This record gives sequence, C-alpha cells and structure tokens, in this order.
Amino acid sequence: MSIKDKAYIVGIYEHPTRLATDKTVMMLHAEVAAGALADAGLTKNDIDGYFCAAGDTPGLGQLSAADYLGLKTRHIDSTDVGGSSYLLQVGHAAEAIALGKCSIALITLAGRPRAEGMATGTQPRAPAVPMPESGFESPYAPATANMYAMAAMRHMYQYGTTSEQLAWVKVAASHHAQYNPHAMLKDVVTVEDVVNSPMIADPLHRLDCCVISDGGGAIILTTPEIAKSLKRPLVKVIGAGEAPKHQMGGKVDLTYSGAVWSGPLAFAEAGVKPADIKYASIYDSFTITVVMQLEDLGFCEKGQGGRFVSDGNLISGVGKLPFNTDGGGLCNNHPSNRGGLTKVLEAVRQLRGEAHPKVQVANCDVALAHGTGGSLGTRHAAATVIMERE
Amino acid sequence: MAQAQDRKISAPAVNLETQHFWDGAAEGKLLYKKCTQCGEPHFYPRTHCPFCFSDKTEWAEASGKGTVYTYSVMRRAPIPYAIAYVTLAEGPTMMTNIVDCDLDSIKIGQAVRLVFKPSEGGPPVPMFTPA
Repeated sequence: MSIKDKAYIVGIYEHPTRLATDKTVMMLHAEVAAGALADAGLTKNDIDGYFCAAGDTPGLGQLSAADYLGLKTRHIDSTDVGGSSYLLQVGHAAEAIALGKCSIALITLAGRPRAEGMATGTQPRAPAVPMPESGFESPYAPATANMYAMAAMRHMYQYGTTSEQLAWVKVAASHHAQYNPHAMLKDVVTVEDVVNSPMIADPLHRLDCCVISDGGGAIILTTPEIAKSLKRPLVKVIGAGEAPKHQMGGKVDLTYSGAVWSGPLAFAEAGVKPADIKYASIYDSFTITVVMQLEDLGFCEKGQGGRFVSDGNLISGVGKLPFNTDGGGLCNNHPSNRGGLTKVLEAVRQLRGEAHPKVQVANCDVALAHGTGGSLGTRHAAATVIMERE
Repeated sequence: MAQAQDRKISAPAVNLETQHFWDGAAEGKLLYKKCTQCGEPHFYPRTHCPFCFSDKTEWAEASGKGTVYTYSVMRRAPIPYAIAYVTLAEGPTMMTNIVDCDLDSIKIGQAVRLVFKPSEGGPPVPMFTPA
C-alpha cells in the first residue's frame, strides 16, 4: 500500500503578516484556515480531518483549536516534532485519505514569536517539564544557533566547506525574496555581505540565520475525486518519508541529517530520483541546514554541498536546482520558528505555475519539500514530501 | 584573544535515574553507563541500553580524557562561551563546555581534560579544558 496519487493538495494559504501585534495565535490559525478553504473552494464544515502541531497550537494537542475553530472531524493528528511537523502531516493526511479515515484534511500553523520578543536563536529554551537529556545539556546553554553552528563547524572540518560557500545559500534566497512583496528581507545580498555580518555562533554569521517572524499558513488535502470536482490545478502527493535522528547513545555524528533516511523512503514511493526534481523547497533555518539536507537527499555527494550551492546554483533561472523561490526562512518568513509548512506552499505554487513570474520554474512538474524539525545539533525529525502536477 | 569567563551555570535537572551520576560529580567523578550484555558504553546514562535494550547496565568512571569533536563559541551572549561535543577516551561523545582557555584557540581534535564547575544551587557540572 502506498500514498502515491491518493491525495491532492487543493488549498494553500500563507498569512501575509510578519509582525502580528494585533492578533492572537488562534486568530492567525483561523485566518490561515479560512484562506486555504477559500483557495480550495471549500467551507469549514467540509473539513473532516484536522492536523496541527501541539507545539504551536494553544491547548491540549489540538483540542482547544478544534473548539475555537468549531471543527467536527473524524481524524485527529497533533504530531509535533518541531518545524518539520507539517511536512510529516502532509504524509499523514495522505495516509488517512488513502485509508478513507477522512476526505478533506486541514493542516494549520501559526505563531507570533516576533511580537512576543522571543530571541529564537540565541536564548537557550527551558522546557516546562525536564526532558531525559535536560541535566546533561541545559547547564551548557545550548541555544538554536550554537547547535546548528556545531554541525557547520564539523562539516567545515571534515569536508572543507567554507563560510563563502554557506553564504551562497543566503545569496540565492535573497535573489528570490526581492520579488516577494511579503518577504521580511527583500534586499539582494552578496557573499561578502553574509561573511561580513556579525558573528552569532562560530561559524554562523547573522545572515546565515533565518528571520524571526510571525504569521502562519494552511494546507488542504483531499481525495482524487473531490480534487477533480474543484477548480484548482491538480497537485498530488506522490511520496513521503520521515525519520528521527538523535545522539545515538553517544555515537554522535553531526555530519548528516535524518534526510539520509526520509529522502530514500519518499523517492522510492514516488518512483522518481533527485535528478527528476525541478524545484526544491529546503528548510533553511540556517545556511548549513540547506547544504547538509541537499547532500543527504542525494542532490550531490556527501561533503560536496558547499560546492553544489556555490555560484548561484540554487537561483531560479540561473542554477541547476531552484530552491525556496519565496525567499524561504532566510528572507521571507519563519512563522512560529517553524519553517516546514511554508516549504510545501511554495512547492505547490511552483507546481501550479503560480510562483512569481521572475522565479517560476519552467515546466515544473515534480517538486520536493523537505525539512528538519528540532535541531541538527542534538535530535531532529526529517521529513520529505514529493509532489507532482497532473 | 577572548579569554573564557565564568558564567552562571544553571543547576542540572536531577532525577532518580541520574542521581548517582550527580552524586559522582559531587565527588569529582565523571560517570557513564556500560551495558553488561552487549558491552557498549553509552551517554547520557540511562537504565536501558540504547543499543541492545538490556536493562543490565552498570556505571563506570571515565578517565576524564577526551578530544573535541566539534564546538561553537556563542558570541551573542552577555558572556561568550564555548559549547562543544567531546569524545571521551572511553568512546561516548557528550555535550559540554570548553572552559578556562582562550575561546579563539579551541580546535576540533584538540585534547582536553575534565574539570568541574559549580552550578547555581545544584551539583557541579562536568566541563573540559585544554589538556
């Protein structure tokens, strides 16, 4: 049994706000849900499966959200593994639809860390309830930036990756963001701009880090039959994979991510290879995240990611693998400190032919969205989704 | 030159599974766990071996010798500090801080030795300094 061709993405919406001082988190969830429903041509009471991540949704799992939104469903999934949760949920929703457990699935993400003044990357986060590893990590002040930085430092040591190579990821994102009116950072930057920006956590500079933004997004998936009755371009899920990676009992290896497992699962299910992918949305919490995930997904050999992203290879119309044509997390937005959902949105726009004309990939028939939730430096969940235009 | 300064270290969360580890820390010992069934050492210490899942694990004392697997100096902090993973001579790699040195001199592969630093209201915490 496979999810290939069993579920179609018929509704997407990205909240235009980047600073939501005038909205609650639940208002944002409701607004993105309404936006995706309008895009699909469906109404709230059509939803019979609701997917959200416990970590960005107020309340116990999704219960308060289901109450607030007035949902009556027959399938519940509040899986939370951080920023990649929504990529997992696209796969989970496709599974539920394939099995007949629901027919119209809604996925939402929303948050306002910027309005709340959160120092997302540099402030260690203390969990309300200690985790089993807490005593062995919290005293050392792990934040988000220095955890990814340790992966970057090891990658540089082991493979000769340079700060200039990492900077190309940001340069490519900025080339795309200039065409996105909603992007937080619209200025095109150079490699020099990135490597001369202030050091945050060696070897990551300020411009190696994604933005801190408010907002959110939503996705609606449905059955082939319902999708064909709607008036939207037909974009279907053809493969999905997910995998956790962690410290492996002390056999720590920060040179690769869980994409080495999630990627092959998704490619095998979809029956395509990296060379078939016309556009890739790659979670860009930091520039190093993109380099490692591209290697692990098989777009280049292990250790060659720095060379692969250099010289504009990720810029639409210039390079071989157009990525994050909305500007990604590095320039556009990173709602609720979670970049997985917006990765799906831009991939769907590309497949529909609805990306900005300056960044639209010609004949974009197969696209990939991939993300890392948690941290490359400790433990994370990798998730890969492959989609096709019919 | 950016000499490491002492910063306030939060007290580690101690539970019934890790009390023995922190009692050892108070005596200047760095403990890890070893599985008596498959022989694999592991870190952080837990009751069930994460490799063979046996609950026949026992405590062992590390020599305190290790090498830097990777590190990063957090510059955007009131007091810059170096976080690291250090691979112990006994095998497992653990998260830690590199202290009492020039932060700009730290290198991957560098030999380091165990030191303990006081925490705020908790047991001392194992850290490393250049050997």
